[in-house]
Amino acid sequence: MSKKPTTTKTQVETTGHSWDGIEEYNNPLPRWWLWTFYLTIIWGLIYTILYPAWPLVHSATQGLWGGNPRIAVEAEIQRFDDANAAIEAKLVDTDLTAIAADGELLDFATNAGGAVFKTWCAQCHGAGAAGAKGYPNLVDNDWLWGGSIEDIHTTIQHGIRNAEDADARYSEMPKFGADELLEPAQIDQVVQYVRQISGQEHDAGLASEGAVVFADNCSACHMEDGTGDRAQGAPNLTDAIWLYGGDVAALTETVTNARFGVMPAWSDRLSEADIRAVATWVHSRGGGE
Amino acid sequence: MAILEKHKFLETNATALLVGAFLVVTVGGIVEIAPLFYLENTIEKVEGVRPYTPLELTGRDIYIREGCYVCHSQMIRPMRDEVERYGHYSLAAESMYDHPFQWGSKRTGPDLARVGGRYSNEWHVDHLTDPQSVVPESVMPKYGFLANRMIEPTYIEDRLSTDALVGVPYTSEMIELAKADFAAQADPNSDYEGMQERYPGANVANFDNRAGISEMDALIAYLQVLGTMVDFSTFENDPNR
Repeated sequence: MSKKPTTTKTQVETTGHSWDGIEEYNNPLPRWWLWTFYLTIIWGLIYTILYPAWPLVHSATQGLWGGNPRIAVEAEIQRFDDANAAIEAKLVDTDLTAIAADGELLDFATNAGGAVFKTWCAQCHGAGAAGAKGYPNLVDNDWLWGGSIEDIHTTIQHGIRNAEDADARYSEMPKFGADELLEPAQIDQVVQYVRQISGQEHDAGLASEGAVVFADNCSACHMEDGTGDRAQGAPNLTDAIWLYGGDVAALTETVTNARFGVMPAWSDRLSEADIRAVATWVHSRGGGE
Repeated sequence: MAILEKHKFLETNATALLVGAFLVVTVGGIVEIAPLFYLENTIEKVEGVRPYTPLELTGRDIYIREGCYVCHSQMIRPMRDEVERYGHYSLAAESMYDHPFQWGSKRTGPDLARVGGRYSNEWHVDHLTDPQSVVPESVMPKYGFLANRMIEPTYIEDRLSTDALVGVPYTSEMIELAKADFAAQADPNSDYEGMQERYPGANVANFDNRAGISEMDALIAYLQVLGTMVDFSTFENDPNR
């Protein structure tokens, strides 16, 4: 075992503390550190003068540079609203079908509409507008209530089957099973018929009986050939695009208990310019008519 | 220096150091906390903020139990991007009956301060049951089990009384009728007018669309009231705040 060289006795003074012969050096703090520390104390005092800090009898000091974040945010929003005011006014005044013809307006409407969609619509219709079970896909060509820009605009303004807007699009499919309008056997038949007209695997015998049930009970809204009716929001049953599923279980559930998809009205939450912008954006996704 | 010599006394006496440290913290507390109880501009005066209904309060307890606050804040800061996305910035008055408040600073999910009325009850059921079914990119865990856990308002009077004890203005009538109000809010066929008189603007619905009152009902009732109490058309910003 080699013996490590012991340090020579240094000249640093000790604190005088001693524990079991171990002594504590009394090294001074580095000057730069000490002065930084003093500076932070001075800065702290200055800060309380510049910004809201000291509590007084009824309120706190407001500070020389205090400002007010609530007023500042209002001013900042106003600044952006002012900057967009001219083009938003133009968007509101332009005929919906004419927006696409004006390059600058279309640019603005599409970008603004994309932002509105991500904030207010994406939670149900998906970030890319591809929808989910029960929430329609907005990028395909299949529309429940119409895919022209006017139709999309009306749907966004008033919503669907909500209680808050008297002009909301409304229709209600009967609960054929729950309200005993059809026998369970008839439901099985009509489900097979719907699978037939949508080009899926089906029981031909049941389907042929289902055709009669369909003609008597469903054709008023879904039309005799099952292609649906947009005036009533009755889905096209022949295109194999399903909102709630096209398998036997999902179709049986739909016929038995009906579906009642609700979309809120947006006219009291979004400005007309925002509604037009998001309608333009949805219309531009590929399914627009 | 003389003062440093006195400092040595503190350093070498544990008890004196403890007492000294306690005094410093006390002064800090008095200066920073006590004024909030008497300064007139701590909580702005606004119309509409009411105590939670018994069902909403139960939902709030479930929100806390499930740790929703770990990922969701409930405070919209006065910044343009937040106001544009979430709505009006939060007011102190909106959480004055929250014990404890749910402001938070961690946002793995979005802020929920104004989630009330933003989505339908059906959406909340879909989303709580399987968040990815409506928001594929979501990392939120599934809370479908809440719909299977039925709840009874066994201790609801005590729960309201406890909040009343710390300053929430529950009247004796509200506490007395807590059980009835709890059931009325989750049943659209009930006689709920009295409940809505006591708690203006309370949503009445079978929130989860299933029989009985489940934890899902309570949680959705709570989510649907968040941020909806204040009528901002009557709110005026006070420049002294």
